[in-house]
Amino acid sequence: MLHHLIRQAAQTGFPDSGFAPGPLRAPSRRGFLKAIGAGAGVLVVGAHLPMPAFAADAAPKIVGPADPRPHAFIIVAPDNTVTVLAKHLDKGQGIVTGIATIAAEELDADWAQVRGAFAPADAKLYANHFFGIQGTGGSTAVANSWDELRMAGAAARAMLVAAAAARWKVPAGEVTVSKGVVRHAASNRSATFGELAEEASKLPVPQQVKLKEQKDYVLIGKPDLHRLDHISKTNGTAIFSMDIRRPGQVTAVLARSPRFGGTVRSVDDAAARKVPGVIEVISLPVGVAVIAKNTWAAMKGREALTVAWDDAKAETRGTDAMLADYRKAAETPGSVAANKGDADKAIADAKAKGGHAVDGEFVFPYLAHAPMEPLNAVVALNPEGGCTIWAGSQFQTVEQMTAAHILGCKPEQVKIETQWAGGSFGRRATTNADYIAEAVMIAKAYPKAPVHLVWTREDDIKGGRYRPLFLHRITAAVDAKGALVGWKQRIVGQSFMAGTPFEAVMVKNGVDATMVEGASDMAYPVANLAVDAHTVASPVTTLWWRSVGHTHTAYAKEVMIDRLAKAAGKDPVAFRMEMLKDHPRLAGVLKLAAEKAGWGQPLAQGKGRGVAVHESFNTYVAHVADVTVDAKGQIRVDRIVVAVDCGEVVNPDIVKAQMEGGAGWGIGHALRGEITMTDGVVDQANFDSYLPLRMSDMPVVEVHIVPSHERPTGAGEPGVPTVAPAVANAVFSVTGQPLQTLPFSRGGIVS
Amino acid sequence: MVRINVNGEERQVDVPEDMPLLWVLRDELNMTGTKFGCGIAQCGACTVHVDGAPTRACQTPVGMLTPDSKVTTIEGVKGKAAQAVQAAWQKLDVVQCGYCQSGQIMSAVALLTDNQNPTDQDIDAAMDGNVCRCATYVRIRAAIKDAAQTMRA
Repeated sequence: MLHHLIRQAAQTGFPDSGFAPGPLRAPSRRGFLKAIGAGAGVLVVGAHLPMPAFAADAAPKIVGPADPRPHAFIIVAPDNTVTVLAKHLDKGQGIVTGIATIAAEELDADWAQVRGAFAPADAKLYANHFFGIQGTGGSTAVANSWDELRMAGAAARAMLVAAAAARWKVPAGEVTVSKGVVRHAASNRSATFGELAEEASKLPVPQQVKLKEQKDYVLIGKPDLHRLDHISKTNGTAIFSMDIRRPGQVTAVLARSPRFGGTVRSVDDAAARKVPGVIEVISLPVGVAVIAKNTWAAMKGREALTVAWDDAKAETRGTDAMLADYRKAAETPGSVAANKGDADKAIADAKAKGGHAVDGEFVFPYLAHAPMEPLNAVVALNPEGGCTIWAGSQFQTVEQMTAAHILGCKPEQVKIETQWAGGSFGRRATTNADYIAEAVMIAKAYPKAPVHLVWTREDDIKGGRYRPLFLHRITAAVDAKGALVGWKQRIVGQSFMAGTPFEAVMVKNGVDATMVEGASDMAYPVANLAVDAHTVASPVTTLWWRSVGHTHTAYAKEVMIDRLAKAAGKDPVAFRMEMLKDHPRLAGVLKLAAEKAGWGQPLAQGKGRGVAVHESFNTYVAHVADVTVDAKGQIRVDRIVVAVDCGEVVNPDIVKAQMEGGAGWGIGHALRGEITMTDGVVDQANFDSYLPLRMSDMPVVEVHIVPSHERPTGAGEPGVPTVAPAVANAVFSVTGQPLQTLPFSRGGIVS
Repeated sequence: MVRINVNGEERQVDVPEDMPLLWVLRDELNMTGTKFGCGIAQCGACTVHVDGAPTRACQTPVGMLTPDSKVTTIEGVKGKAAQAVQAAWQKLDVVQCGYCQSGQIMSAVALLTDNQNPTDQDIDAAMDGNVCRCATYVRIRAAIKDAAQTMRA
């Protein structure tokens, strides 16, 4: 649902307020052709192909344009390299490798000749078919590219075959391709892709292509394919935007209000200007920019600033006070997200007739994304107008339009050079371009040189756009036979869609879909279901965070299910399996994870085993966690077994890596992750106070992938939601105490 | 002027003595393989070797180094341990976003230079200062063991 809503928002347009850039306009294709240096001998077909409409709601099985577009995605060069352009950002999830694999398969390229590169910003060519704008998120990238790049690869292959057939004057049907070599067996002739590139580039693009069958794949699904970035990221040569060095470049840091919603009242920059290396200090609506010769001088200059902030519109509550307000809100009904049957009556009936009701209150803290590469972007104003942005750009179209709005130029005058991103976890995908907008504003105010805006780690931890603080209250009941008969859930928290260009379509009947996903549409077939939500307002900025609403909804649901299973006297796996009869893929991952983990085998004293299962982003995941609870009540996660069904798998080793990383992400934040505030000021500042998962915390992770012929879905986010509840349920199996306040360190059970 | 020796080369930089080695490398010498992650020696992304010892460049004022101090960065690290570690990282496709990996590799090389048969506890102790937000820890551990085996062979 999220995907369609975002796409609608993009089509409806952005309201003209704040950084919002006005109605969506189609950018030109010129940037693309220039960026990839289309020239003689390169199979980049310059001819304009008719652009199909963005993905059709009516045909959800077909994602992508109806015709092959090899020119947009594949460059076969005379040096025999095949470069596959990624319209998506690679922030570690391996998508550059994934989409190159898809294209190379149909092209019959040799993996050793395949390269990856980031496509330029151009929504007409490179829109995410789920969003309608160019952007990465929601674990959509492979699903997006599956048809598009198979077709592009097959079309490019057909063009190479046609070129060879013409050169050798043989029927195209007699020409074969394998591992990057085009052959005519009867006449014993062969040519490399590079040798045929120029001739192939002059041929028409076939409008109909035949795709391979799964049994014929030589690259897709193979576990031994290396990532395309596995060497550059181990020898220091991979370039992130943090590493961009343009001639004459200066570095800027920005002093921002310590309270969310605060504004600059007055600035004394005399001392800052005396710091050696400081070039300029500029007050902007978003804060005070210190521009310097290098990063160290910029940071020292900012320390020397005296800024008085106006807190008139700022958040001045602490998180304890906010939570108290949330609890007050939870006393009254919220906006309805799901309403089936009569939950109140079903729960009362169950209690009256020998069943059991269970109450749970869950508290989820604010969480920072804290990608390893602190946010940063380089912006250079172009002499001909507009600018060039070097960044780990995740929402290229939003950033293009926002920069254009700030500079008063056309969106197509904003070029984006997307770089490898040092993590994101959702942080780089913002509805107002955020740090990139800041960098453009500074570049506009200081047009003399390319500007590199660098956030420090403190800026990042204190800088907001957190996973929102959430309160859930749930009452659910099993009847005398142990069947789940009623479920009532109230969710209180901020909406990060409210007040953005996406609000009109993302918030329906007062409910932000991203707050209730995974709860209002839960798979368990409870006949009496009532889910409602209160959206509370605060200047504290919030955002999607790896797996979005499922970070909290799956946790609350799966911990409650274990409590209900216990109340019903049933085994947690058996209880779930009974309810998932109509959900074969959920049942499939649950069964696989339980089997591989040895579910049901006796455990030693102090050891616990817990399970959780959930669907998110069209992918099905189950986790089984093994924990130790020591004599002092301290917990340790020993092993995670995960089963995942994400349809047909392009790169199994990358899916495995995402499950390993997703497990670490889920455990790390469940153990110790929280952002708190005192009087509106964030208490944490850096990795000494916002405590990340470290090596010694990391359990063994065993990943099992369900073989599938279903269309591929995503793997980046779905590996997160069920990790923490599986761990909580494992602890519950030992202590009998449900863990309902996160992080676990709050309960004193984590050192 | 501050004189330092980086990857075997004498370099002179015109910077204040309190400037951390990290920024000298990245902003003055344009050696960007060493990363900025936290600035307070809590994440290890800036790990380099100073006379062979793993050192957080973000908390090493350049003025504290003597002209005899030998600074080694990811761009210049070599030898048996470095070869084995980088090969293992590549063999097991350890990296995800990759931003922390220069630091991880420098810490792992230092560990294996001293100890070619590290236990899990040795690995925890040597690597706990290096944060990976992608949580590639499972593979880092496996790669260190793989590299250790290569070195022992």
